[in-house]
Amino acid sequence: MEHIVIIGNGISGVTAARHIRKGSDKKITIVSAESDYFFSRTALMYVYMGHMKFEHTQPYENWFWKKNRIDLKKGYVERIDTENNTLHFAEGDFLQYDKLIIATGSQPNKFGWPGQYLKGVQSLYSKQDLENLEVYAPNNKVCKRAVIVGGGLIGIELAEMLHSRHIPVTFLVRETSFWNGVLPSEESAMINKEILSNGIDLRLSSNLKEIKSDENGQVKSVIIKETGEEIPCNIVGLTAGVSPNINFIKNSEIETGRGIKVNRYLETSIPNIYAIGDCAEQREAIGNRRPIEAVWYTGRMMGETVAQTICGNRIEYKPGHWFNSAKFFDIEYQTYGWVWPQPKDNEARFYWEHESGKKCFHISYDKNTREFIGINNFGIRMRHEFFDKILTKKQTVEYVLEHLADANFDPEFYKLHEKEIVTKFNTQNNTNIQLKKKSWKRIFQTN
Amino acid sequence: MKQIQNIGLALFLVGLAIFTSLIFFGRYEVTPEILENLVSNKGIKSELFINNMNSQVVGKEFSNPFSFSTEITSVLESANETLKKNSEWDKVIWDKPHSLTYEIAKQGGSGLIKDNKWLFWWLTFGLGIIGALMHIIPNVVIKGPPGIKNNGIWFNTATNRGWIGWFAFVFLVGFYLLLYFRPDYIVNWTYIVDPISESLSGNLASQWFLYGFLYCTVMTVMAVRMYIKYRHNKYQILRTTSVLFFQIVFAFLIPEILIRFEKPWYDFKNAFPLDYDFFFKWNLDELIASGGLGLFILIWGIVLTLVIVPVMVYFFGKRWYCSWVCGCGGLAETLGDPYRHLSDKSLKAWKLERWLVHGVLVFALVMTGFTLYTYFSGAEGVLGIRTQTIQDIYGLLIGAFFAGVIGTGFYPIFGNRVWCRFGCPLAAYLGIVQRFKSRFRITTNGGQCISCGNCSTYCEQGIDVRAYAQKGENIVRASCVGCGICSAVCPRGVLKLENGPEKGRINPTEILLGNDVDLMDLVNQK
Ligand SMILES: Cc1cc2nc3c(=O)[nH]c(=O)nc-3n(C[C@H](O)[C@H](O)[C@H](O)COP(=O)(O)OP(=O)(O)OC[C@H]3O[C@@H](n4cnc5c(N)ncnc54)[C@H](O)[C@@H]3O)c2cc1C
Ligand code: SF4
Ligand code: SF4
Repeated sequence: MEHIVIIGNGISGVTAARHIRKGSDKKITIVSAESDYFFSRTALMYVYMGHMKFEHTQPYENWFWKKNRIDLKKGYVERIDTENNTLHFAEGDFLQYDKLIIATGSQPNKFGWPGQYLKGVQSLYSKQDLENLEVYAPNNKVCKRAVIVGGGLIGIELAEMLHSRHIPVTFLVRETSFWNGVLPSEESAMINKEILSNGIDLRLSSNLKEIKSDENGQVKSVIIKETGEEIPCNIVGLTAGVSPNINFIKNSEIETGRGIKVNRYLETSIPNIYAIGDCAEQREAIGNRRPIEAVWYTGRMMGETVAQTICGNRIEYKPGHWFNSAKFFDIEYQTYGWVWPQPKDNEARFYWEHESGKKCFHISYDKNTREFIGINNFGIRMRHEFFDKILTKKQTVEYVLEHLADANFDPEFYKLHEKEIVTKFNTQNNTNIQLKKKSWKRIFQTN
Repeated sequence: MKQIQNIGLALFLVGLAIFTSLIFFGRYEVTPEILENLVSNKGIKSELFINNMNSQVVGKEFSNPFSFSTEITSVLESANETLKKNSEWDKVIWDKPHSLTYEIAKQGGSGLIKDNKWLFWWLTFGLGIIGALMHIIPNVVIKGPPGIKNNGIWFNTATNRGWIGWFAFVFLVGFYLLLYFRPDYIVNWTYIVDPISESLSGNLASQWFLYGFLYCTVMTVMAVRMYIKYRHNKYQILRTTSVLFFQIVFAFLIPEILIRFEKPWYDFKNAFPLDYDFFFKWNLDELIASGGLGLFILIWGIVLTLVIVPVMVYFFGKRWYCSWVCGCGGLAETLGDPYRHLSDKSLKAWKLERWLVHGVLVFALVMTGFTLYTYFSGAEGVLGIRTQTIQDIYGLLIGAFFAGVIGTGFYPIFGNRVWCRFGCPLAAYLGIVQRFKSRFRITTNGGQCISCGNCSTYCEQGIDVRAYAQKGENIVRASCVGCGICSAVCPRGVLKLENGPEKGRINPTEILLGNDVDLMDLVNQK
């Protein structure tokens, strides 16, 4: 029986395993050094915040793996011997495979800051990071202040986490406004406000110079590059992005760049080896996507796709329309299609913000053809299927606005802002769009 | 703010302590008049009982309800024993010993509490309510801006099955045991709500009035907590208001007012088979005897169960009842909300749930079949099984233990919907309709789920919501009561409770939205 070995029990590896099991009878082994069972990385924050216990982050009960004949092996792969199809573990043992899927995820970036290996300096990526946080920042008596370096999604999550335990947080963000490499300035400004209103000491345009140690090799303070200010703290969170976790592959035969190079079939340079998820790098970017996409959904999609190939139905990785979501303190965010931080030449924008400053709606469309390009919605939930269909059918911005009632996904009885939004658009654009009533028929239409 | 909360907590605990300690006080004495009244009201024919009461109890003063109860119940039981031995069946007193003692104690008690009913109302209910509100309301500020603030729930010993949780468990279970099985111990509690009962129905408070009043009070106070916690979520606000309204008006005020007009006590929203004794002989007799209204209630009760309930479930899902109307659901969603995450999400628990809840439904239906057969045929029972015996077993096991002692007492350990999930026969019935013929579903928003598990953790019905959401599948489950919390806690806006066309409601998928459309077609169509 063909033996499929998967390194990494994250969403990518596990999705691949599940789908291979569905499509075949092959022997499957998942290898991981991090945890016995698959858990949801995205939920780490909720464990620290006391919303959930660690066991709740595990999407499958422990009997699931045996029942589905998916073997789990705990161990750290130190070396891949591609010639002999063998994995060598740090623990000294080895494992042979017929086909190998590498799904080793990411590792947090460290930019060579002085002091970055001190005790109390950590990131938020792994289960171990969570455990360390309990050691160095269990409460505001042990941890008088935390400094977070790097203004991305993980940074703001870490800020919210520490804030939930009443630990004062200083948040160093290199950019002039939070996450403005991704968000247009309006949304970015809104999140700046949200961060500040939660009592976080947000420092924009601030870089880390160095981390200082106390006599025990533990962090004592950080120094800001721009001002030279020294901020005493007991923990430093490094959240300046992630990059593919492939150090152990660098000296193997497998071709790597920033990540493991794969073609559209998720095949690496070695015939029976595939790479998926955060650690994979497309040789050529797909559409507007980046060659490396470190998000949950793409990991899952690659897992779904590679399983087909392994099961004999060689298929290209063809992700559909871009979507994503996040939550910034109390503000939920979803996006469908593309809304670049700066409009491209052919793009026009429409922006609406609720008076509370906690909800907004930003649409990008083509100036000339009026084709809908993308939406950012904050504090309002929108229907994925609606926008997926819109994007596939290349509908116009007018069509989207007319059918906002179909698009809305907020819980029942929520106050809807559709009228206000459409009116604003009409006034700005001299149009006469009439809001249509919600129609189940349209919502469930499949073509 | 923290200060106010602490003072509130202290006041609440003092109120609770006074309330609890009341059981141990008072003087109890049976005067000859009381005994005479009892004998004539109950039509007691046992001379042995009357004589023994006269010689052993009448004129003696007892300083607590326990010795009083022991004495009377032992007189009663020994009299009954002798009568049964001599086959003097017509003289046997069939009343439950502790209920009979309760009636005697209610008249024969005296002391500080009976003399100062309002004072003690304030010292117990009053302090409890004020204290609880002082503890709850500052959360508007302390917990920060509106939004999901489940911070620290799993660290708090009150909500993570820690010692406070176990303490609450013991307290609640104790309370229910007293209420159902030792009403004579808690006469003092009933005294303090006498004035309220008299103003409503004109009668002194029974232990059931006390329970009803306490129920409404607890729900109201804890509803304030819900209003604060979910002030950003209109679905929760409206739902809470609705259950509160139905509890106070339909389950409490209307029935009491009916009594005032000498009509039968009836809760118009309590549908059979949750209202399991609706078809019992005594109820049917009483309804038929009370003229037009009685007849209306009889027809209403039948229409409610056979027509209104299923039709409403078809359009809105079982939530219209379980989360918007029902009293049990009402308590679970207010008092029980802090415990919702304690429900068991395992597959094992789901299997157990299906056996139990449908088992109880079958039990209720069989019992009702027996009851109706007995009613119309006049026979004592069916196939040699006495109808009365079945009714008693159901009343004890399901009515008292499952719905009361376990259903509410176990909140702090097994979560807030133990009864609704594992025991309620009406929920089983609603669930079958919801699963197979309804427009209700929880829609999963395409591929947006990140498998974080908040939804499953906070589902009081122990539904593994994530298992569906992460596959892009809608959630269509018999047990879902549509509380809407899974949708509220989801950080990615994945879940929406909605009513829509039946077609496509159940949508098993393998490949989620967002991936290659051809691949989705290929795999999902299989
Ligand atoms: C805190 C946090 C929040 C996030 N929130 C979101 C979100 O809201 N939305 C979103 O889209 N994305 C989010 N992400 C990103 C998302 O979690 C990742 O994109 C996703 O988990 C990547 O999955 P993966 O399977 O590729 O890799 P991983 O989940 O990283 O799994 C890789 C596994 O391989 C193991 N491994 C690596 N090397 C070896 C080796 N040599 N030997 C053995 N085992 C090895 C690792 O220990 C790890 O267990 C978040 C990430 C973090 C850290
Ligand atoms: S699935 Fe959601 S709505 Fe249904 S009972 Fe569970 S938490 Fe409530
Ligand atoms: S809470 Fe939302 S994102 Fe998290 S598992 Fe449930 S549906 Fe998915």
